[in-house]
Amino acid sequence: MRQRCRRRGTGVRISANRIKAWFVLIPCVVVVFYFIWGFAAYTAYLSVTKSTFLPDHEFIGAANYRVLFDHHRWWVAYSNMFIFGGLYLAGCLALGIGLAILLDRLTGGETLFRTIYLYPMSLSLVVTGLAWQWILNPTIGIQKLVQDAGYPDFKFNWVASPDHAILTVAFAAIWHGTGLIMILFLSGIKSVDPEIWRASRIDRIPAWRVYFNIILPQLRATLLTAVMLLGFQVVRSFDVVVALTDGGPGYASDVPARYVFEYFFERGRIGQGAAAAVVMVVTMILIVLPYLYFEVRRREA
Amino acid sequence: MRRHAHRTALLYGALFVCALYFLSPLYVMLVASFKTLAEVRGSSIVSLPEVWTIQPWIKAWSEACSGLECNGIRPYFIATFEIAIPAVALSVLLGALNGYVMAKWRSRFADLIFTLLLIGSFVPLQLYLIPLAITLRELNIYGTTAGLVLIHTVYGIPLTTMLFRNFYVALPDELVRAAIMDGAGFFKIFFSVILPLSPAIAIVAVILVFSGIYNDFLFALTFGETGKRPIMAAVQNIVASSYGIKEYNVNIAAVMISALPTLLLFLVAGRFFVRGLTQGALKG
Repeated sequence: MRQRCRRRGTGVRISANRIKAWFVLIPCVVVVFYFIWGFAAYTAYLSVTKSTFLPDHEFIGAANYRVLFDHHRWWVAYSNMFIFGGLYLAGCLALGIGLAILLDRLTGGETLFRTIYLYPMSLSLVVTGLAWQWILNPTIGIQKLVQDAGYPDFKFNWVASPDHAILTVAFAAIWHGTGLIMILFLSGIKSVDPEIWRASRIDRIPAWRVYFNIILPQLRATLLTAVMLLGFQVVRSFDVVVALTDGGPGYASDVPARYVFEYFFERGRIGQGAAAAVVMVVTMILIVLPYLYFEVRRREA
Repeated sequence: MRRHAHRTALLYGALFVCALYFLSPLYVMLVASFKTLAEVRGSSIVSLPEVWTIQPWIKAWSEACSGLECNGIRPYFIATFEIAIPAVALSVLLGALNGYVMAKWRSRFADLIFTLLLIGSFVPLQLYLIPLAITLRELNIYGTTAGLVLIHTVYGIPLTTMLFRNFYVALPDELVRAAIMDGAGFFKIFFSVILPLSPAIAIVAVILVFSGIYNDFLFALTFGETGKRPIMAAVQNIVASSYGIKEYNVNIAAVMISALPTLLLFLVAGRFFVRGLTQGALKG
């Protein structure tokens, strides 16, 4: 644009405007850059220092990481992230894609159903966790409902069970996250060439095969976006865990994000918390890299 | 024909069952929040109140206790808006300006930088907590409204910039060129040509950023001022900390109140919500 304008003889004003443009952009970029990458780098640095209640710049090498990797509780939190993540991804994708297909088949009432499936998205994960806490609470929730209905031996106490608490967290998070996946896939399905339907009708191909063999394979980019989004949610998940189980019973449903928070602010072990945060980010990078690789390859193609 | 009707019934049946799953928490909370405490404990969670009472809502609003303070959730509710309104205004305005620069005064360098910022905005927020605490303390705004406004503004900018940039790229460059011919400068073009064309994307940005700030928990918990914490930290605290008898109905009413603003926003402006979410998702 600069060159085109210059040809018309307004070059001087353009460059004055360009300077203004830089004046607007640069301070913003510098501050945001500092708050994002500067801070991240500083936390990474803290992970190799002796910091306890306050940041301390004495270098101690990998000692914090050694403590972290010897900590049983960390491994519970870390593996919970994968249990939670696996269930969350599988649940959101299966339910979200399924609902998108069902809604696509619908002749009437799509708006109503779409609103119902999507509204949890507008609520916070704290509200989500607290809402499910009551339903899952044995003394007032589902357990009591079924017991009062004439099955006094019925037990459903997953929130307070060390083996199952993390499953309830996934269950609540799926409730919250499915809507977004549904809406992503619904718009993907609708953007596919409608010719396919006419052709498949002529060839008498059943609708479900059209979805699974023709349409969904075309939505690989959508799937990848969805997986990335959900993956990020998994690594940073904190709110829903605190609100639903607060990592309990004991630390059975702890997750890395909560572990970091507790070691920063409640246990005064900033170095160890920072080491845990770095491991979180490294894990996340391992999730992102394949995506970037795919994107670059697709753009080159 | 009959097979067709059969299938339609099955389709609606499946959708209906799923709708029950999504609606049940809202329903259970709504009915419980209108019951007396005795009824919450005694009756089934799915039954309608025998005696409807709005007492739990009143108590949640103005008397429920968070720690030792028993002023209900009203002060936190107000505090949240005191943080959200300036932070939304700032990050949307700055995002619009940045987006304008990037789309209409193109530079490859700026694109690269913002890609880096956008990637950075997916980093787990835990990574920022300690440096943020230090910075806020040095600026003397630790645990204040100003501190949270700063945090939310800064971390909102990558998202708003991206939304506006993608919107402005689609506007014809002739608009800017014609304005330059007329002698308009950089800011004049922004305020009288670009900004008047932006309401559609501005609404999306405001809704997205507002609900992000309103629903924030981590920063609220870490940097909120005691007694004036943002709503999500406060409501979690009220539910977790009630001493003595747990007043389920009051707690549930508190959660309902805290959920209402974004829920209403979604019901009124769902269209924009969806557009923001899908755009943010696809292009981020």
